[in-house]
Amino acid sequence: MAAAPIARSFLQVAATEEVATPLRVVQIEGLVMLKIIKHCKEFSPALVTGQLLGLDVGSVLEVTNCFPFPIREEDEEVEADGANYQLEMMRCLREVNVDNNTVGWYQSTLMGSFQTVELIETFMNYQENIRRCVCIIYDPSRSSQGVLAFKALKLSDSFMELYKTNNFTGEKLREKNLSWVDIFEEIPIKVSNSALISAFMTGLEDDTPVTQCDYDRLQLSTNPFLERSAEFLIECMDDLSMEQQKFQFYHRNLSRQQSQQQTWLQKRRAENMARKAAGDEPLPEEDPSNPIFKPIPEPSRLDSFLITNQISNFCNQINGVAGQNFSRLYLMKALHEN
Amino acid sequence: MATSEQTVLQFAPTASSVTLSAKVHPLVVFNICDCYVRRPDQAERVIGTLLGSVLPDGTVDIRNSYAVPHNESSDQVALDIDYHHNMLLSHQKVNPKEVIVGWYSTGLGVSGGSALIHEFYAREVPNPVHLTVDTGFRMGEPAIKAYVSFNLSLGDIQLAAQFQEIPLDLRMIEAERIGFDILKTTMVDKLPSDLEGMEASMQRLLALIDDVYKYVDSVVQGETAPDNSVGRFISEVVASLPKLSPAVLDKLVNDNMQDHLLLLYLSSITRTQLSIAEKLNTAAQII
Repeated sequence: MAAAPIARSFLQVAATEEVATPLRVVQIEGLVMLKIIKHCKEFSPALVTGQLLGLDVGSVLEVTNCFPFPIREEDEEVEADGANYQLEMMRCLREVNVDNNTVGWYQSTLMGSFQTVELIETFMNYQENIRRCVCIIYDPSRSSQGVLAFKALKLSDSFMELYKTNNFTGEKLREKNLSWVDIFEEIPIKVSNSALISAFMTGLEDDTPVTQCDYDRLQLSTNPFLERSAEFLIECMDDLSMEQQKFQFYHRNLSRQQSQQQTWLQKRRAENMARKAAGDEPLPEEDPSNPIFKPIPEPSRLDSFLITNQISNFCNQINGVAGQNFSRLYLMKALHEN
Repeated sequence: MATSEQTVLQFAPTASSVTLSAKVHPLVVFNICDCYVRRPDQAERVIGTLLGSVLPDGTVDIRNSYAVPHNESSDQVALDIDYHHNMLLSHQKVNPKEVIVGWYSTGLGVSGGSALIHEFYAREVPNPVHLTVDTGFRMGEPAIKAYVSFNLSLGDIQLAAQFQEIPLDLRMIEAERIGFDILKTTMVDKLPSDLEGMEASMQRLLALIDDVYKYVDSVVQGETAPDNSVGRFISEVVASLPKLSPAVLDKLVNDNMQDHLLLLYLSSITRTQLSIAEKLNTAAQII
């Protein structure tokens, strides 16, 4: 009696597993977080990257270990060296029973300006080999405010398809119903620790009422951070308006070309009428050799999309920090009134 | 030492600079625990190399570590030296400043095989540190200890090595920055956001202020014996608030507030613009 439903449920499980479940949660070990923080902080403000190792379990992507990459230099030899390093490291880690499965990579960022074409390219490279990969972004500049600035990102499927065809014209985007919010998907992060580590931490740490984190959070001087965010925001705005100008230029060119085509066509038609009247063969109504029929390439929307993403990111950052600052100010006021 | 004619039993430090103390970063502890959890089936313990640097004052700063596979039988230890060198090369590619400073092993105290391994590491680096992490909780509490070894020699014949415990400082600042709450439990569902973290910090601050109030009240009422040093601390804290007249403070707070409001306004307007642009784009699709 009992065996039958169990067998069925196993079947069901097997059946459901075949359908690729969407990635819902990224589960990071505390060890990985510390490693990332160490690496990113030691080299800050240089931007560094590293590889994430772990397991892909259903809708959860477990990140159980990671290793840093040496700082890359633009040199062919060094690049080959980097690949060797990666293989060597993976082999070594496998020997001590670390999960030997790449699940993505991490990188540090400055002030949250990470949405670049390079990031997407790296994503595409990874995606070729691993079906599911994430990028974990850590911002060392924000950790000085007591914020744990970890973010797990992945590219949305629809964007990836579009990127493969490399066709970012307005028409295609409209067809796919893709807008700038749909490029990146942020995945919620869970943190897990082995029971042993949790026991160690509990045992080693005296129950201090105040931690460094609290000091950092209650710092009043966040103005430099806000200033820089605003500066970046302004730069992005400039970039965006540049993109817009490019687009306007394209539109102007396009309409000019269209009117040229029209006049040419009218002329040709009038000519044909005249030839008809004269009893001659009409000339074709198309002339591919004429430069005015050459299609003008439409500028890619990708850049403006990415810039828009960054702008919204900066806005969020400013909102968050300003919100924190309000509470800090009120707190200070209350303290003084006491 | 070797030229000495007398046969005297002597302790000699292996290097002239004697290590005073060691600092361990939490990452090392995490790494060791993780390696222990992932150790091979029959292995009793895991050992590995410690990386870091020696500070000018002789303190050993242990910043990183990696496990080295090994085999241990009753009287001999086989260490995978190739592995150790490969891993060292890889690590130094990333961070050339981190060099070998010693080695670690799980378990409590120093065991027989340890002397052999220590000898190996002493050839790699002068005066290595030996770190033991008691993953078995044999003392009922997590014990992390650091040792340096001294050679006990008779003339130029090495008799034994003596391990001497050195003071160990756990550098928890990094872990504190993350927040112990996240590292202590086995599972945290969500990272605290900016405002949530802020709230937690404020609550803690409020609780602390309450504690101080209660303490002062009880002293004033004569329930608790006054303690001069505590009183001095409290008055120092109160004095650390700059004395500002209410008008000046108001102006300061309001100015700051307005700056922030302006920025907030700017960013909200930008966001609105962006969403309008997006809507226009979708509207263009429908037509």
